[in-house]
Amino acid sequence: MLNIPKANLSTRNSGSSPEPTHLKAEVQQLNFYYSNGFHALKNINLALAEHQATALIGPSGCGKSTFLRCFNRMHDLYPNNRYQGKIIMHPDNTDILGPKVDPIEVRMRISMVFQKPNPFPKSIYENVAYGLRVRGVVKGRGNVDDKIEEALRGAALWDEVKDRLHDLAFNLSGGQQQRLCIARALATDPEILLFDEPTSALDPIATASIEELIHELKEKVTILIVTHNMQQAARVSDYTAFMHLGELVEFGDTDQIFTNPRQKRTEDYITGRYG
Amino acid sequence: MDDTKVSEIRQMIIRHKRWDRLFALLGLCAMILGVLTLTVLFADLLIDGAHRIGVDFFTSFPSRKPESAGILSAFVGTCLVMLVTVVTAVPLGVAAAVYLEEYAPRNWMTDLIEINVSNLAGVPSIIYGLLALGLFVYALDFGQSILSAGLTLALLILPMVIVATRESIRAVPGSIREAAYAVGATKWQTVSSHVLPYSTGGILTGVIIGLARAIGETAPIITIGALTFIAFLPPAPIMAEAPFISFEWLFAPFTVMPIQMFNWLSRPEEAFQSNAAAAGVILIAMTLAMNALAIWLRYRYRKRIKW
Repeated sequence: MLNIPKANLSTRNSGSSPEPTHLKAEVQQLNFYYSNGFHALKNINLALAEHQATALIGPSGCGKSTFLRCFNRMHDLYPNNRYQGKIIMHPDNTDILGPKVDPIEVRMRISMVFQKPNPFPKSIYENVAYGLRVRGVVKGRGNVDDKIEEALRGAALWDEVKDRLHDLAFNLSGGQQQRLCIARALATDPEILLFDEPTSALDPIATASIEELIHELKEKVTILIVTHNMQQAARVSDYTAFMHLGELVEFGDTDQIFTNPRQKRTEDYITGRYG
Repeated sequence: MDDTKVSEIRQMIIRHKRWDRLFALLGLCAMILGVLTLTVLFADLLIDGAHRIGVDFFTSFPSRKPESAGILSAFVGTCLVMLVTVVTAVPLGVAAAVYLEEYAPRNWMTDLIEINVSNLAGVPSIIYGLLALGLFVYALDFGQSILSAGLTLALLILPMVIVATRESIRAVPGSIREAAYAVGATKWQTVSSHVLPYSTGGILTGVIIGLARAIGETAPIITIGALTFIAFLPPAPIMAEAPFISFEWLFAPFTVMPIQMFNWLSRPEEAFQSNAAAAGVILIAMTLAMNALAIWLRYRYRKRIKW
């Protein structure tokens, strides 16, 4: 049986804050079918705690990226993909999978950082500014400049690029490009930030800096991160969900998942017996 | 490993390398044959026509006397026809390609249209001439004018523009589109600020290659009834008095470079043959210049884009 995530969350106090953790989003009975009929997600129930990081782990092809991409309706870009169930976003209780909700509205509230750094072939400045441009922010350049500095500082990139904001983004190193993509995602003040294996294309030093960044970002946003790397999940997340063959096998406190898994399949995976 | 085995391997490598050398030789011959033929042709034209190329040749109208005949009306005609072609074929072709690639639903209708657009590129140009004679010259009553010719050639290169645009749009990686959509961009925002700017180099290359083909087209232009002997220029587009801009030139009779060449070639006098050769050299130079521009543009636009 699946764990009831709420029970876990309500009993947990996050270390520093005395308040019980609030929920940012609740996934209810989520099923997802690709256009070819493949049933990629099966009855997923899960809750995201506000200002916490939740990690999705599991072997390749288990549906963790598919699940992540439901949160910003990326699947809507390709025809005939089908969602069933709800993802309720708090505090306004919007079902972001609801047929009346425009995917663009969802993407304006929930940002995403992709597996491979994908900066635009434009300047560093224009990369970060693009989210603002899309929202029609062009006038009052001073304000835009402040926003961009804030986003670049948030992504721990400001000091490295402040003297060459108008250089091409492709001239940055891989790790810097990924932090630029984080800055681009942050510039629009998202409520949730999605990370799809953000360090899989990076070297260990760049990886460490991104992981440290994720820790700091929790003050501002709620984080959902897909990772191949179990050590990474253990290092950056507060909660961990283990997925296998489209099902959510186990969801709970990261410490508990890694030290005392309740499910046999979880234990087999984290001890390296498959995956 | 014993010595016999090593020597066997060496023998085998020597045998295989023979084919390597043989192919390199064959390829070299093919290359020399092709390039040499073209070079000889061009050199022959140049030898025949070089003495005719000068300022006078560009500033004179055709004449009964070969030594005072020039290409003024044909050169101006070619430039104006190309202008009409670019202005119509580029927006139509780019918009159609963007629609097919980014907006059209993926179904059998779209597939059918895509296949047929590619097929249209292979339709003989005289067919376009016949179509244009019925449609532009008679049905729409544009007459045997620069406008009719420009539109005809636009039809001719439209499939090329569409195919080139689609290919360069398709070369923009999906990850860039997803990055734009993920910050909340609409389809049009994604197309206008990412997909089109990043594929501009490829689109321009396609357009110019298309124009380089159109500039030498003779058959469809003859079909719609271009004159072969024109001793005047179309009305100027800019006037001294209001409304200052005139589009009368669109409806003027005209001739183009290949038709002028064809006309000269069919004259019995030897001296006109030199004129034809000279016009041919200029036509080739125009085509080469356009291709060089295409290469330069592609290089310029690709420089900042790495994927």
